[in-house]
Amino acid sequence: MSDSTAIAPGAPEAAHHDHPPYQRHHFETVEQQADATNFAMWLFLLTEIMFFGGLFTAYLIYRNWYYPAFVEASHQLNIFWGTANTAVLISSSFTMAMGVWCAETRRRSGLVLCLVLTFLLGLVFLGIKSIEYSEKIEKHHVPGFHYSVSAFIDPQSDPEIYKEYHDKPMPLDMARHTELYFFLYFAMTGMHALHMIIGIAILGFMIFKARAGAYTAGHVTFVENFGLYWHFVDIVWIFLFPLLYLISRHAN
Amino acid sequence: MSTNSNTIISLPDQKTARIPKMNYLSKENGLLSWLLTGDHKRIAILYLISITFFFFIGGALAGLIRLELLTPQSDLMATDTYNKVFTMHGVIMIFLFLVPSVPATLGNFFIPMMLGAKDLALPKINLLSWYLYLAGGILVITTMVTGGVDTGWTFTTPLSTHYVNTNVLTTGLAVFIAGFSSIFTGLNFIVTIHKMRCPGMTWFRMPLFVWAHYAASILMVLGTPVLAIAVVLLALERTVGIGIFDPTKGGDPLLFQHLFWFYSHPAVYIMILPGMGVISETISTFSRKRIFGYTAVAFSSVAIAVFGFFVWAHHMFIMGISNYAMLVFSLLTMLVAVPSAIKIFNWTFTLYKGSITFETPMLYSFGFMGLFTIGGLTGVFLGSSGTDIHLTETYFIVAHFHFVMVGGMLMAFLAGIHFWWPKMTGRMYPEKISQLAAVVTFIGFNFTFFPQFILGMLGMPRRYAAYPPEFQVLNVFSTAGATILGVGYLLPILYLTWSLKYGEIAGDNPWQATGLEWQTQSPPLTENFLVTPIMDHEAYDYEWLDEQKAKEVASVG
Repeated sequence: MSDSTAIAPGAPEAAHHDHPPYQRHHFETVEQQADATNFAMWLFLLTEIMFFGGLFTAYLIYRNWYYPAFVEASHQLNIFWGTANTAVLISSSFTMAMGVWCAETRRRSGLVLCLVLTFLLGLVFLGIKSIEYSEKIEKHHVPGFHYSVSAFIDPQSDPEIYKEYHDKPMPLDMARHTELYFFLYFAMTGMHALHMIIGIAILGFMIFKARAGAYTAGHVTFVENFGLYWHFVDIVWIFLFPLLYLISRHAN
Repeated sequence: MSTNSNTIISLPDQKTARIPKMNYLSKENGLLSWLLTGDHKRIAILYLISITFFFFIGGALAGLIRLELLTPQSDLMATDTYNKVFTMHGVIMIFLFLVPSVPATLGNFFIPMMLGAKDLALPKINLLSWYLYLAGGILVITTMVTGGVDTGWTFTTPLSTHYVNTNVLTTGLAVFIAGFSSIFTGLNFIVTIHKMRCPGMTWFRMPLFVWAHYAASILMVLGTPVLAIAVVLLALERTVGIGIFDPTKGGDPLLFQHLFWFYSHPAVYIMILPGMGVISETISTFSRKRIFGYTAVAFSSVAIAVFGFFVWAHHMFIMGISNYAMLVFSLLTMLVAVPSAIKIFNWTFTLYKGSITFETPMLYSFGFMGLFTIGGLTGVFLGSSGTDIHLTETYFIVAHFHFVMVGGMLMAFLAGIHFWWPKMTGRMYPEKISQLAAVVTFIGFNFTFFPQFILGMLGMPRRYAAYPPEFQVLNVFSTAGATILGVGYLLPILYLTWSLKYGEIAGDNPWQATGLEWQTQSPPLTENFLVTPIMDHEAYDYEWLDEQKAKEVASVG
C-alpha cells in the first residue's frame, strides 16, 4: 500500500536453518510435511469416492429397476478379458507397492524397475480394455451411437453368447433398458480408464525423476502418495469387476 | 488511545504510527509476484478482488431482474432474455460469489494465522484453486456473452437435457471447474486444521471461525464431487443421449435432482457456515466476552454439516417423491433448525451482560442475526411438506433463501471484511460512513425481500417476467428496496478503496481482540509471525489479553 514503497534493505528472510532442500518453508519439520501431504492425498481419494459414488448410485437404482435387462446385458461382457485385466491390475498394484518399498529403502534401480513395470502393466490394462470396447462397438452396444437391442430381443442372433447362457428373448420394453446398462458400463469403466491414463502419465514423469535419483534420497512422499492413488484406482476396479461382469453371470 | 467508552477502537498515535515496512504486500512487487504467489494472504486478496468483480456482475443482473419486475408486463426485456438473466444471476451469485466468498478470502487469509501457522498446508494447491475459480468465472462470462443459459441455476432435467437450446454445456463445464476450486480450498483447510496448528492450539482452543470453516470444508470435500459427476452425466445426456436422465429410455430425470441436491443442499451450508464463523468472532470481540457455550457452538457447526447431508430431498417435495420420503426428509429438515438455533441463542447469551459497542462489524452482525433468524424460521415452514406444497416455486422461496444468503451470508461477509480490513491492509475504514452503509444495507434489504414473502403467500410464482397487476405494489416496494440495497453495497467499495490510501493507521490490534491473528503486525509478515506462537490460553480469553497489555506497558515504561 502507499506507505510500503520503501523496502527495508537487507531485512532478514525467514531464517533458513538446516533442513533438507525438499522441506517447504512453511512446515516446521519434515515429518509434519509428510504427514500433511499424506493426509491431503487421503482426503483427495475421499472426494474421488464421492465422485464414483454418484455412478454407483445410478447403477444400484437402475439395476434394481431393470434387473432382467442388466442380467442379459452383462452376459455380453467378456469374462476372460475382464479376469485378465483384474490380474494385470492387481499385479500392477504389487509392483507399485514394491516401488514404494524401494524408494523407502533407497534402491534407485529397483524403484525404476518397479515404476516401469507398473507403467507397462497399466498400458496392458488399457490395451485389453480397448479390445473389449471394440467388441462393443462392433456389436452396436455403445449407448447413444446406433444402439442395437437385437441381441436381447432375439438372443439366438448372437450365437456365441446364446451357446453359453441360453438367454430368453426379452420384450422390447425391457430390452431397450440394456442401453442404460451399457451406458453405466462405459461411464464407469471409462471414468476408471481416465484415471488410469492420468496415472500412467504421472508414472512416466516419475520414471524420469526416479532415474535421476529424486525419490531415493529420503523424500518419498510423492511416490507414497502416487502409490495411494494407484491402489485407489485398483480398488475401484475391484468393485467394478464383480458389479459389471460377475454378479449376474449364471446360466438361466 | 481513545478514551471514548462508546467504542473499543484503540489506534496508535497517528502522528508517529507507520505501516510496517516489511509486510506481505511489500515483500515483492510486480504482477508476477502476485500471479505466482504461494502466500495464503496474497491469494486471499486475489480472491477478494475477483469475487468482488463477479459480485458486481451478479448484482447488476439482479438489478435488471428487479427493473423488469417493476411493471406487470414483460416490457424491459423479452421473456427468454429474462430467463437468461435470472439464471446467470443465480449461477454467478452461487458458484462464483457465495460459495467462495468468506472461505476463499477471509478463511484463506486468517485460518493459518488463527492457528499460528505460516501458511496453509498446500500453498500451490491453494493457488491452483484460484486459477480454477478464475477459469470457471471466465467461462461463465463467456457463456453469458455468447447467448447465456436459461435453465435456472438448478439445470433441472429434462429441461436442460432435451428442451432448451442454450449454453448448458459450457455453463455446466464452468460449474464443474469452479467446483474443483472449492474442493481444493476445502481440502486445504481440513489438512491445515488437522496438521498445522501451533503448539498448545488444541481443538477446543481454536476460534469458532476455524470450527465453522472445518465443518464447511467437510461439506465441500464430500459434496462437490457429487455435483461434478451430476454435471458430467448431464453433459453426456445432452450430447450423446445416454438415457440416464431420459424417461423415454428408462432413465429417471429425478435422479439428476437427487444427485444435484445432494451437493446443492449442503452447498447452502457451505455458504452460511463460514458466515456464522465470522459472527462468532465479531460478537465476542464487540461484547468483550467469551462466546457463551463455546463447545456447543463448535459442535453445532459440525452438526449442521452432518444433518446437511440428509435433507436434500426437501427441494423435491412437489417432484413426485414418495410420501414416506417426504415424511422422513421433512423431519430431518426440521432437525437442522436445532443446531442453527443453538448458535443464535448462544450468540444472544454472549451479548447478555457484555460490554457491547456498535462498530460497523457489530452492526452487520446484528443484521445477520435478525435476518438469518427470519430466513431460518421460514425454512422450517418450507420444510413441512404441507406448507411447502403451497409455497414452493413462489416468491416465498425466493425471499426465504435471500434472507439466508443475502441477509445472512452477505451481511456476515461484510461484517468480516470490515472486522479484518485493518489487519489485511493496515488501515482503518472510515467508521461513520460505514455504519451508515450497514444501516442502509439493512433497510434496503428488508424493503427488497420482505414484500416477497407476502407476494409468495399470495401466490406469485417465481421465474416469470410478467405477473398479474394486483401484485404490482409489492413489486414496486421490492424494486425500490433493491435500489437502496445497491447503494448500500456500492458505499463499501468506495470507502474501502479510499481507505487503502487515506485510512487511519490501524496498528496491530485496533479491536483489542484475542485471536492470534491480532497479536502480530498489520499487515502481517509473509510468514505471519516472527516466532511460532504458543497458545497458552483458551480462545476469547480477554483476561489473558489484559495481562499481555499490562506486561507490554511494564516492559516499555
